[in-house]
Amino acid sequence: MWWRSASFILDRQQEQNTSYPPNPESLLLSSPPPSMADSLQNPKPDISAYYQTRAAHHAVVTSDWLSQAQAAVSLQTNDDVSSGSDGRVAPTGGGTGGDNKTFSVIDEFNSWRKQPDLAEAVAAIRALAAVIRASQATTMMELEIELKKASDSLKAWDATSISLTAGCDLFMRYVTRTSALEYEDFNSARYRLIERAEKFGEISYKARRIIAMLSQDFIFDGCTILVHGFSRVVLEVLKTAAENKKHFRVFCTEGRPDRTGLRLSNELAKLDVPVKLLIDSAVAYTMDEVDMVLVGADGVVESGGIINMMGTYQIALVSHSMNKPVYVAAESYKFARLYPLDQKDMGPALRTIDFGVPIPSKVEVEKSARDYTPPQYLTLLFTDLGVLTPSVVSDELIQLYL
Amino acid sequence: MNPNPNIDFSHLCFLLFLQKSTKFFERQLSMDARRMSRAVPRVRQVGFFTPNTPAQQPQPQSAAPSSESPPLSDSPASNSLSPVMIPPPRHLSDNLGGRTAAVPVPGREISGELPTVGSYNPSESVLWLDSPPRSRIGDEELSEGAESSLGWYRRSDSAKFASSLPSGGFNLSTAKHPESVAAVEAKNPLPEQSEVQKEQASSSKPLKAKTTKAERRALQESQRAAKAASRAEANKSGTPGGAPSSKPMKQPPQKKDGPPVASSIAASERIGVDRSVEKERKKDLPPPRKQFDDESRGGRAKRRSVLNQPEARNRVELFRHLPPHKNGTQLPSLESKFFELHEKHPAVYKVGLQYLAGDLSGGNARCIAMLQAFQEAIRDYSTPPEKTLTRDLTSKIGGFVSFLIECRPLSMSMGNAIRFLKSRIARLPLTLSESEAKTTLCSDIDRFINEKIVLADKVILRHAATKIRDGDVLLTYGSSCVVEMILLYAHELGKQFRVVVVDSHPMLEGQKLLRRLVVKGLSCTYTQLNAISYVMHKVTRVFLGASSIFSNGTVYSTVGTASVAMVAHAFRVPVLVCCEAYKFHERVQLDSICFNELGDPDAISKVPGRVDVNYLDNLTDKQKENLELLNLKYDATPSDYISVIVTDYGMIPPTSVPVIVREYRKEYLLI
Repeated sequence: MWWRSASFILDRQQEQNTSYPPNPESLLLSSPPPSMADSLQNPKPDISAYYQTRAAHHAVVTSDWLSQAQAAVSLQTNDDVSSGSDGRVAPTGGGTGGDNKTFSVIDEFNSWRKQPDLAEAVAAIRALAAVIRASQATTMMELEIELKKASDSLKAWDATSISLTAGCDLFMRYVTRTSALEYEDFNSARYRLIERAEKFGEISYKARRIIAMLSQDFIFDGCTILVHGFSRVVLEVLKTAAENKKHFRVFCTEGRPDRTGLRLSNELAKLDVPVKLLIDSAVAYTMDEVDMVLVGADGVVESGGIINMMGTYQIALVSHSMNKPVYVAAESYKFARLYPLDQKDMGPALRTIDFGVPIPSKVEVEKSARDYTPPQYLTLLFTDLGVLTPSVVSDELIQLYL
Repeated sequence: MNPNPNIDFSHLCFLLFLQKSTKFFERQLSMDARRMSRAVPRVRQVGFFTPNTPAQQPQPQSAAPSSESPPLSDSPASNSLSPVMIPPPRHLSDNLGGRTAAVPVPGREISGELPTVGSYNPSESVLWLDSPPRSRIGDEELSEGAESSLGWYRRSDSAKFASSLPSGGFNLSTAKHPESVAAVEAKNPLPEQSEVQKEQASSSKPLKAKTTKAERRALQESQRAAKAASRAEANKSGTPGGAPSSKPMKQPPQKKDGPPVASSIAASERIGVDRSVEKERKKDLPPPRKQFDDESRGGRAKRRSVLNQPEARNRVELFRHLPPHKNGTQLPSLESKFFELHEKHPAVYKVGLQYLAGDLSGGNARCIAMLQAFQEAIRDYSTPPEKTLTRDLTSKIGGFVSFLIECRPLSMSMGNAIRFLKSRIARLPLTLSESEAKTTLCSDIDRFINEKIVLADKVILRHAATKIRDGDVLLTYGSSCVVEMILLYAHELGKQFRVVVVDSHPMLEGQKLLRRLVVKGLSCTYTQLNAISYVMHKVTRVFLGASSIFSNGTVYSTVGTASVAMVAHAFRVPVLVCCEAYKFHERVQLDSICFNELGDPDAISKVPGRVDVNYLDNLTDKQKENLELLNLKYDATPSDYISVIVTDYGMIPPTSVPVIVREYRKEYLLI
């Protein structure tokens, strides 16, 4: 490992000499953000696979609120998103029936989602908390039913989103499994629920910070980290490491088809972290230089494996065969009670893939947006519950849900 | 060697206590010289209830008064060895002598037996591990503590020392030497005592051999089994009028015998609070399977058992500790014994016969049948005079269980069910009337059957069916009722799939399953285990049943399951094990050797219906000596080969079995 760090120092010296070229280059690469401004023409800018998945699945034209909020000013985005959300809610709300309520929950949810750093599950949790607050219910049972309906409609709104589903489920567990239900006075019980909901939202919100702090022990000076996809947790981890003055270098995969890797490399370059971009097929080629693989997760399933952007599985396989550790950074609200046995064992989450050239109609295209990485290829999970081995996920889930 | 680190602490406590209690014992000893001579052997029973050679008795006696020095301060060697270090496996008789002497007369340690204090440790742990569930700590220990002095005096009055002799200090040894009880009933105290001692002398002979812990343990178990059986005999032999009346009179004092020692040890044990919980848990453990490591022990057990044990034939080296297979040919002899075994309830008897004949197979079926038989027995039960329902019923159930074990070794799931039942009995409120208690127990049993087996299966169906997709090829091995239900359920749901039933000699259980599936209209393929690597290519899911799942994720199931899982793993086919959570067991098992069940060896040497396959026929006896037939019933599948365990708590990875055991064991003991 240390021989590599020596080479790394050399690398670093070189990069320091040419410290400026990378930045313009990254600026060049980060040209997507400007192009993203005209998001209506290009509905799929380099957003994380997860959001694009949803967009593709629901077949609605979405403007990515996250990158927009980053790229542009809030006012413009607000208009954009609200128009987008209107367009989105109409079909789903009509489908679920209880139009009035559905609308309010999802509206709330969407308004929370506008915050660039708020994860979807946290937005959902806050929206559900708002449901409690706004509820007209007079009995506990009524409130619970209302809450259940709201969370169901949220889940139905996007069935492919694991973290949304898991977040809603967890929230329901967390809120309803409380002594509040034993309060005699309804109002005090309700307050307790709201309190609990807020606490849970707070915990979830802080999860990313906790993970970033926990994972610092694993990033040592002179290490090379391979990152796949754009994950805000991973970014937070790397950001914290950079703030802690750790010397490390990051390899970013390109992240076809939505080029999430480009976006991550852009972010990292802003932090002056040495970054190297790889095309997705160069993972095995560069693996011998890599000290660890760090990925995020769309969902952590009960086996301890993860569901993440397409390509994670093969990276995990390569790193497993080369004995490199694979770390996963994921908040605990992504823990889902799913148990995929193999790749095809999940509900499909499709997305459109642009090959740049027309594809003959006879040719089939694999459009799945995510894959499943079994637990035996993962080393550790950095979560807000602590640094866990994959097998602990199930234990935590059992304790949460049963 | 010592599996329980907590014992170290308790052992320390014990040592400390020992110093304190020394004086007490001195006093007790000086009180009555005659009693002293009996006090020692009584103590000797503490750990092992195997009796001692009388030759060893004088030594502690003589040494006792001379030395007052506590073992801790006096012997650094013993000190360093005792609490932490794992003592070397030692001569059993040493062990016995050392331990027995250690309690009342610490001076014995000095007389050249330094490590004896240390050697107390493992054997004690063995004892606690093995302690059968027939006793509950709470009330018994209390009563012991309260009545100890009383019992002491009463005993000296009635001079029934001998009856007190074999009953160990611990409450678990309630009826350790039923033969001696019988003897008490029959004869005068004095000759009887000598007889007991004679018997001790004779029975202690086989102990002289150097034994490992496992052997000792096996030995202990076989003894226990023998005792349980002999108790039945003793009751049987007693006069019909005399036995019930004399038993309640004599057993309680016997139970309370040797109280100073027993309760003192119990007290020292109780010092560790956390231990007591654990202890209680261990006490609830169902009696482990009988093992016959030792020829003579096996012989003893054989003599006393209800069934005729088959002649010891050539058994495969590694598997000699397993009880030999009993085949259905003994049915007539057992049937003829029906009226002798009046203690066994007819329902239990029937179930036992069914086990023996092989009519009942399958973990769930056996367990349900057993529970229902117990239910009936409880309904017909009435507490004998001067007994409490809780205790008497527990021992009664214990008797039933040992009878069933004789018919066929229990499966782990049945052990769990028995543990449940016993804990229910133990937790019955004392205020309940007998009829109320009985109805409570019956409804508890019903609830167990419903919740843990019937409903659990339904939940498993739901979960497992989500993993079956159209176009799947499902492979199953043998005949598991849960898997069968899953396949039928998925078929009812209209899923399009094919089934491969893999089967193996000699049971050919797969054919039963195959028939039922084909009748229901599923498209099936039938093949033998030999062809597994060929069929596995096309398979997309493997569904397996399990007899039990251990804490380390090891699946204990019909023999052959491990190879199926291994081949599936090699072909990267997901292996789903379907198992109700009540079958989970906290034991850890790494191989299929330690605990297993032997089938009929003849079953594999002959092929039914094939006259031309007769290569093993007509062997002379001498030639047969070279032949060892091994027909195992179960094997252990390592957790690496298991993708998921489908249980009533959902789908969990094999690594989460201990979590379920930890989280829910308590719950269903407390239902």
